[in-house]
Order: sequence, then C-alpha cells, then structure tokens
Amino acid sequence: MDPILFFTQALNGLQFGVMLFLMATGLTLIFGVMNLINLAHGSLYMMGAYFAATLQQKTGSFIWAIILSIPLTVLLGMLVETLALRRLYNRDHLDQVLATYGLILFFNELVRMVWGPQSYFMALPQFLSHHVQIFSGLTYPVYRLVIIGVGLGVGAGLYGLIHHTRLGMLIRAGASNREMVNALGVNIRFLYTVVFGLGAALAGLAGMLAGPILSVEVGMGEPILILAFVVIVIGGIGSIQGAFFAAVLVGVADTFGRVLLPPGMASMGIYVLMAAVLCWRPEGLFPAQRT
Amino acid sequence: MTHWKKNKHTEVKGMKRKGLLGKFFGGLLLALMFSVNSAAVGHAADKVKVGFIATLSGPGASLGTDILDGFRLGLSHCGDKLGGIPVELVTGDDQMRPEVAVQVASRMVERDKVDFVTGIVFSNVMMAVASPILDQGRFLISANAGPSLLAGDQCHPNLFTISWQNDQTHEAMGKYLQDQGIRRVYLMAPDYQAGKDGLTGFKRYFDGEVVAEVYTRVNQPDYAAELAQLRAAKPDAVFVFYPGGMGINFVKQYAQAGLKDEIPLYTTAFTLDQSVLRAMGDAALGLVNASFWSPDLDNPVNKKFVADFKDTHNRLPSLFAAQGYDAALLMDSAVRSAKGQIRDEDKLREGFRKADFQSVRGNFRFNNNHFPVQNFYIRQVIKNEEGILTNKMLGVAFEEHMDAYHKQCPMKW
Repeated sequence: MDPILFFTQALNGLQFGVMLFLMATGLTLIFGVMNLINLAHGSLYMMGAYFAATLQQKTGSFIWAIILSIPLTVLLGMLVETLALRRLYNRDHLDQVLATYGLILFFNELVRMVWGPQSYFMALPQFLSHHVQIFSGLTYPVYRLVIIGVGLGVGAGLYGLIHHTRLGMLIRAGASNREMVNALGVNIRFLYTVVFGLGAALAGLAGMLAGPILSVEVGMGEPILILAFVVIVIGGIGSIQGAFFAAVLVGVADTFGRVLLPPGMASMGIYVLMAAVLCWRPEGLFPAQRT
Repeated sequence: MTHWKKNKHTEVKGMKRKGLLGKFFGGLLLALMFSVNSAAVGHAADKVKVGFIATLSGPGASLGTDILDGFRLGLSHCGDKLGGIPVELVTGDDQMRPEVAVQVASRMVERDKVDFVTGIVFSNVMMAVASPILDQGRFLISANAGPSLLAGDQCHPNLFTISWQNDQTHEAMGKYLQDQGIRRVYLMAPDYQAGKDGLTGFKRYFDGEVVAEVYTRVNQPDYAAELAQLRAAKPDAVFVFYPGGMGINFVKQYAQAGLKDEIPLYTTAFTLDQSVLRAMGDAALGLVNASFWSPDLDNPVNKKFVADFKDTHNRLPSLFAAQGYDAALLMDSAVRSAKGQIRDEDKLREGFRKADFQSVRGNFRFNNNHFPVQNFYIRQVIKNEEGILTNKMLGVAFEEHMDAYHKQCPMKW
C-alpha cells in the first residue's frame, strides 16, 4: 500500500471512528449512569437523520436543519425516558433488552408510516461538497473532514462537561455510586432524564451527520448500534474516554481490515479484536471507577 | 429441503411417465387434499383466493410494498376478478425472515385455503416457502425472487416466476460492457449468495480483465475504504450489484468521492430503480443500468400501467411494481384459459404456461423451467420534464434471453 493510499485509509478510519464515538458515547453514558441497556439508541440515530432530512427540505439549509434537529432529538429522548424507560431501571437487563428492542420495532414502523417505506433523501450541502488537497496527491472530501472535526469537538466538549461542571460531577458520581447520589439529596430522576436527553442528542447528531452520505431509511441505526456496543465493551462500560479511544481503534481496525483481509475475515476482525482486549483487560481499556 | 426435493421428483416423474403407482398416489393425494372441495372439480369456482407474501415491514419493506401496489393495480385493471371470477386477496408480512414466511405460507394454505400464492421478494425466503406451498398442490407465482436452484434441477411444475432468473439482469450488463469494448473492470457486491450470483452472471458474458472482485459486508453503510482502493486500481469501468439501501449509500458515496466523472459506474436496475432514485438525488444522474423493463417501454399496456400507477400512488412505478402488475395479469389469463376450473391443476398449469396476456414488457413467454424468456434493456438515469429522476431506454442488450439454468430443468412441455 503506497503512502498516499495508507494516509487516505487512515483518515477514513478516523472518520468512521468518530461516527462510532458519537453513537457509543451516549450509549456508554446511559449504561454507566443509569445501568440501562438501551437497544433503541439506534432508533434515536435514525430519528435524528429523519428530522434533519425533513428540516433540510423545509428550510433549504443544512445548518438550520442541524440546529433545529438537536433540540428535537433531546425532547424525543426525554419523552422516551419519561414514558417508557423510567419503568425499567429496577428490572434486570434482560427485561430492558426486551423492552428497548420493542422500541426499535415501534420507531421503525412509526417512520414507515410517517415517511413511507422508501428511503429518504438528504443532500450534501453545496458548501461542503468539494474536496481539499491535504498534501500533494492526497485530496479528501471536505464533508468527511467536517465530521472528524465535529466528533473531536464533541469529545472535547464532553470532557469539559464531565470534568469541569456540576452536572458532570453528578454524572460521574451517578456512575460510581447511584444510591449514594440519591441519598445525598440529588434528584436522580431528573439527572437520568437529562443524561438520556444528552445521549439522545449525541445519537441524533451522529444520524444527522450521516444523513448526507448514507441512505436515510428505516432500520439505518441497527448496523451501527452493534458496532457501538463493541466500542463500549472495548473501551470499558461507562467510560467516555474509553469510548473515544475504542471508537477510533475500532474505526481504524475495521477500515484496514476491510481493505487488507479477505471478506470473511474482515467482518470477524473487530470481534476478534474485542475478544483479545477482553482477555487482556476484562473490564475494557478504560474501566469506569466503581465502588 | 430434502423432503420437498423428493416430493418434486415423484411429481415430475409422475408427469413424465404417468407410472401407475405415481398415478395412484397422486390421485389419492389429490382426493385427500381436495375432498372438501371435490364438488368443485370440473366446475368453475365462484371465488378465487390469492395469498400475497412479501416483506411489508421493517428495512426491506420498500420492495414488497411496490410489488403489492403493482399487483393491486393489476387486479383492479382485471375488474377485481381473475378470469371473470371474483378475487379475494390475503396479504402476509414475512418480515424478511424465512421462518416467519413459512408460518405465513402454511397459514394461507391450510387455514385461508388460498389457490395461488404470489409476492416473495427475497431468494432465501423463496427457498423456504416453496416447499410448504408446492407440496400442497398450490401454485406459486414468484413476483421477484428467481434463485438459480429453482430454475435448474429443482424446477417445479407448479412454480412460475414472472420476474427473471437472478443472474439474467447482470448478464445483460456483462454483455453490454463487452460490446462497448471495455477491457478492465472492477467488480463489487455484498458478500452473500445474490451478490455472488450477480457477479457470476456478469462474468458469464464479459471476457475482459477483472481487475478485482470485492465482496463487502452485507448492509455495510460506508464504502470510503473500498472506494479509495478502487480509485488506486485505476480500472476502465466499475460494475456493482448493491440493492436497496446499500445501493443508495454506494452511489451517493461514489459521486461524493468524485469518482463518477473519473471512472464510469455501471450497475443494474436493482441499484438504480425508481424506488431508490429519489433518495440518491443527482448522484444517480446519468448512470447506466440494465433491466427487463423501463417506464418508457413503448407498448399500450405499459403506458396504461405507468399512467394509472402514477395517478393512484402519486409516484412513478418501479420495476418491482411492474412485476406485481404482470403477476396479476398472468393469473387472470391462466384462470381464464382454464375456464375457471382452478381446482384442476393440469388445466391451470396449461393456462399459466400459455401466458396469454399482454405484458408491460411487450413480448413474454415462459421457458421449459417456467422462467421468462424476455428482452433485457440498457437504461440511463435522466431527469424528466417535471424534474423527477427516472430511467430512459438506451438500447437492447439481449433479445429473447433465456436463463443459464433451464437446460438442467427436467420439465418438458
């Protein structure tokens, strides 16, 4: 593989990793803080894409579509948490899997009824549709660079939020010892709703960014959800830092695996990686501190 | 599968040799099966029941919905009758899962007592439901799936495929690229049976150099890595088979990577049909693909079909809708030709074999294996006068094309 192709594939891997990070970070937050396995996270990704695609057609602007869709996905997330998921916190994980799987079916059929069974179109915004030359011989689509930028920005923002704000402190405390946070007089119910809204916004954002390059369609969240689970297992459940490094690791490993390994091996590659990491560190790369 | 295979062999042999034992058992079976309706044998039925099985929910619902819309339009053009007999339609959702499809099929055959089953989008679903339907002496009209096994040595006297054999459309593109004098081609498809069959079909008629044959994960959303490899390989042309959502992702990303103007992309109608064009936008504009049908095919039946479909559903029909429409017309002609005696398997089979109807594709007839002998066309994606993306005919790739497996089918008629 010549250096230019290698560098292109590294960028592709990073971009894919960043998308996975946006998905995985919400998933790991919700699991870490609320101890909830949320299979419907992929549905929030899909809803984000549909909201943005619809608003882009209505307003004619990609930027406005994103700005308006984020609060919509937050609201949707909070609504789902309040109406459905709140009842599941004290149930075991199997019940949660069953109920949130039901939500996947619910959202898929809802989208089919509202938007129809055919895929929906979301255009690449004009001003992001060209290529830039990074160095001689290597050009890369601007839009994919923007995805990388947004993902890194979100990562930095979350780091600030978690480590330097009161909400972040509560999130960390909630992840370490739920009962104690409750006993200290924190409104844990409200905290849960906020965290779920934040997770929904991150999943929705991933969907909105994916909209222009992917087919906006029923069930689009499921393939990426599985990879997001792999990411949080590798990264250590509940750890945002872990989710970031694991996402980039999986993104790069998957990209090079697809290019270098035979097809059957390539689809196995990241699962082998996951198994290897679990053998070496059963708690994941960056396990969240628990007491 | 083995159970069905056995049964099929006895039936084929029974038909060919008319052996005494076979006749006896066949008669016994028939008598048992139709004891309830035995009075109806020899008389025209007063109602014909059609079971429609397709994927109607979840991610794969788009194709099934299109076939059903086309089928319903076909029925309504026949006056909601088949061969003059009022029709009752029972629909069932297979959820894209073969085991669910088997349950739906058994329920339709045993409880609803349907006379025909049609629909069937996916080949794996087809392989699962064929046996429970055909073993009960019902007729199965595939409106989409055309797996090679059922076209070859596992062909069945009660199975008719109105659409195509899976390989055929890809063969047409292979032939076209061969005729265009393209030498070095890069092939891509998802890593499953239909993907491999597609590329096999393509290579059957293309003699040039295959630079690479890349199989990607099924339902893989992003192709950036594969496209970077493709660009580096510098082929003369690219041929891909990516149906549905995978096709939308691939075509969008191919255009966004700036490859569309660099290396011409060729594919089939499964990637560029009406049902997906809206979701691709201008990324699809100008792309060339192969199909047995095109919305601008110049014959009166097709014109009526396209216009009425547009009026009813406020969108242009896809090739899947065209297949559904033809399935209804075929059933109508078969019942008419059997003079309404839908319990008489042999008469009905004769009726189906005649295929005495005007197809949206113009000329149409069945081969010995009950798969179509038909033309294949080359089409290009254009914007029509209303600014809607659609396909326009460029030319003919094959005339009266037969599938590659019909010689392995023991049926003769």
